[in-house]
Amino acid sequence: MRHTISVLVENKFGVLARISGLFSGRGFNIESLSVAPTLDLTTSRMTIITRGDDAIIEQVIKQLNKLIDVIKVIDFSEEDFIERGIVLVKVNAEPSNRAEILRMTEIFRGKVVDVSAKTYTIEVTGAEAKVSAFVEMIKPLGIIEIARSGKIAMSRGKKTLG
Amino acid sequence: MEYTGAEIFVKSLLKQGADLIFGYPGGVVLPIYDELFKTPKLRHILVRHEQGAVHMADGFARASGKPGVALVTSGPGATNTVTGIATAYMDSIPIVVFTGQVPTALIGNDAFQEADIIGITRPCVKHSYLVRDVKDLASTIAEAFYIATTGRPGPVVVDLPKDVLLAKTKFEYPETVELRSYRPNTSANKRQIEKLAAALEEAKRPVLYVGGGMILTNAAAELKKLAHTIQAPVTMTLMGLGSFPSLDDLSLGMLGMHGTYRANMAVTHTDLIVALGARFDDRVTGKLDEFAPNAKVAHVDVDPTAISKNVPTHIPVVGDLKDAMKKLNAVIAESKVDWKAKHKPWLEQIDEWKHANKLEYVKKTNVIKPQFVVEEIDRVTGGDAIFTTEVGQNQMWAAQYLTLKRPRTFLTSGGLGTMGYGFPAAIGAQAAFPDKVVIDIAGDGSIQMNIQELGTAVQQRLPVIVAILNNGFLGMVRQWQQLFHGNRYAYTCMESQPDFVKLAEAYGALGIRATKPEEVGPALEQAIAARRPTIIDFVVDREENVYPMVPAGSPLNKMLLA
Ligand SMILES: Cc1ncc(C[n+]2csc(CCOP(=O)(O)OP(=O)(O)O)c2C)c(N)n1
Ligand SMILES: [Mg+2]
Repeated sequence: MRHTISVLVENKFGVLARISGLFSGRGFNIESLSVAPTLDLTTSRMTIITRGDDAIIEQVIKQLNKLIDVIKVIDFSEEDFIERGIVLVKVNAEPSNRAEILRMTEIFRGKVVDVSAKTYTIEVTGAEAKVSAFVEMIKPLGIIEIARSGKIAMSRGKKTLG
Repeated sequence: MEYTGAEIFVKSLLKQGADLIFGYPGGVVLPIYDELFKTPKLRHILVRHEQGAVHMADGFARASGKPGVALVTSGPGATNTVTGIATAYMDSIPIVVFTGQVPTALIGNDAFQEADIIGITRPCVKHSYLVRDVKDLASTIAEAFYIATTGRPGPVVVDLPKDVLLAKTKFEYPETVELRSYRPNTSANKRQIEKLAAALEEAKRPVLYVGGGMILTNAAAELKKLAHTIQAPVTMTLMGLGSFPSLDDLSLGMLGMHGTYRANMAVTHTDLIVALGARFDDRVTGKLDEFAPNAKVAHVDVDPTAISKNVPTHIPVVGDLKDAMKKLNAVIAESKVDWKAKHKPWLEQIDEWKHANKLEYVKKTNVIKPQFVVEEIDRVTGGDAIFTTEVGQNQMWAAQYLTLKRPRTFLTSGGLGTMGYGFPAAIGAQAAFPDKVVIDIAGDGSIQMNIQELGTAVQQRLPVIVAILNNGFLGMVRQWQQLFHGNRYAYTCMESQPDFVKLAEAYGALGIRATKPEEVGPALEQAIAARRPTIIDFVVDREENVYPMVPAGSPLNKMLLA
């Protein structure tokens, strides 16, 4: 099963290496990863998407907690949460398909963020399913380049990570 | 007043109560060595190879319960420590390893003698630090010791760039350390303890399965109390040996691949296995899905990752083992169960197993059996000694035939299985206890991996005794080749061996050789009386095997008995 895990860590030298090393060293997989400082600049928030059965996820969470620089770990998969990622897609903008590109962008509530004689660059944000669906729809129109971010996540309601 | 980083290093160690360093100098740590020169209070033992320094710090820690300290230079000095660090990591031993580093401005430039030791050791440390500002030095050293010694202990590496050692700042050593991201859970949950006690009340065939955690938390007295009160048999892992007297009627001895017949049978038939500071290693469980097939599993451990990692656990108890044992004993004290009556059939069954297949070997009068050497070591010392081992058959015979009575008297590399561990570890233990008899039970292969430390022992006048069970083979590997690879002894015989007696003498140590059974006892007595570093070359039966043996991947009750 796919799990979205957020980890609050000390914003210290080498933390990312410790976390990625834990995953590679123990044979856990990382599907996506994002890191950035929080409001308190001494901490960073990481969001990791991983897959595994219950026993593996239990080990992943325990092992993360065991790292000295990890302050808190939340597995969102048990609850209602918001997940967002962003994609930038550069597409061939021929006179024949420009209208279709704009229509798709509108349906997915995306934005055209850059335009040149031959290309449109589009930004779409959303949960994994939405971002993937957009990419699938736009593929036949001729993607030149794509950049996808790792996902970030947050609980709904009052609950917080740290 | 301001001090240099090097001065702060020395002051911090003294504040920490660490007054012994095992080390080896080099360019970037010269500022520290200059301070050591001026500070005789802080004793430094000069080793011959940095791996030796780390094993010595480890042996010191295992024997004394205090954290061990090693100090080495950058680059090759640092990389030479890796095996020692990994050894301590696998066995959860509290040591702090200080490595020199090139000046901060040069880090990442492939500077002379630069190695990314933080990166290299990342998977085998509990934690590590690169100190980049002298202002952080004292607090980092305090944190390093705190982390190494609390929770599940382990090695911590502190990397010290040369410019940090030369820069100056005020010296303030923190009185206490508190880290928001590290709060080792030390208090066992009362509810879970009650559940465990209730399970013990219900069980008909319980087994206490004890690991190294019992020794690390100094809980042997609580274990004895528990076992005797509830009349439950105790089996120990290699790392747990010494935590329960092996001659106690309730002792089953060691379990696992080379465990006793009765221990492996008991674990196979138990209905409640209570793991106390043990981690269900594959050398212990044999084939995992046939391990303790009828048993409920209770597991007490300070490290939550150890629980349910290999074996599904019905009653997890997370917390310090000593605390948990005290609480469990308190709950048990209230119990109305007549434990003796309840466990009578079970203990009778175990007694039958005990007499069915004892640890045995064929005694000979013309050739020394390696098991006989261990029995003689046990007899001559009366068990009143600290034993270390190398790895291989020597290690297993030591585990089987020593009648250990006390914790911290059997130091062995269990998790990593590091050949070359035993001798430096013995030097470290001897440094902690200069008046005790310390004996490394060695193999002829293993001893050659850190034989250079003979120089250290002689220089420091540490009267460590090395008892080589010299079978002229990498014996344990040869045993596998004999049993599982059709007798094809590929590269397990070192056809050229040093003359160990002359070698000892070349270093200024005592060398003794024994080739007949009747020479074994006198050789040991001579070595103990000499009170100087000694190698005894016991020329033993070459193709003796370690039994019982559970072939890798087989269930525990499928033992080869001879
Ligand atoms: C550093 C290291 N290299 C290789 C091994 C694999 N190994 C395990 S036991 C053994 C043989 C040890 O020979 P010896 O020290 O003579 O002990 P014996 O088994 O003969 O008692 C070897 C090579 C190891 N455990 N450690
Ligand atoms: Mg040998």
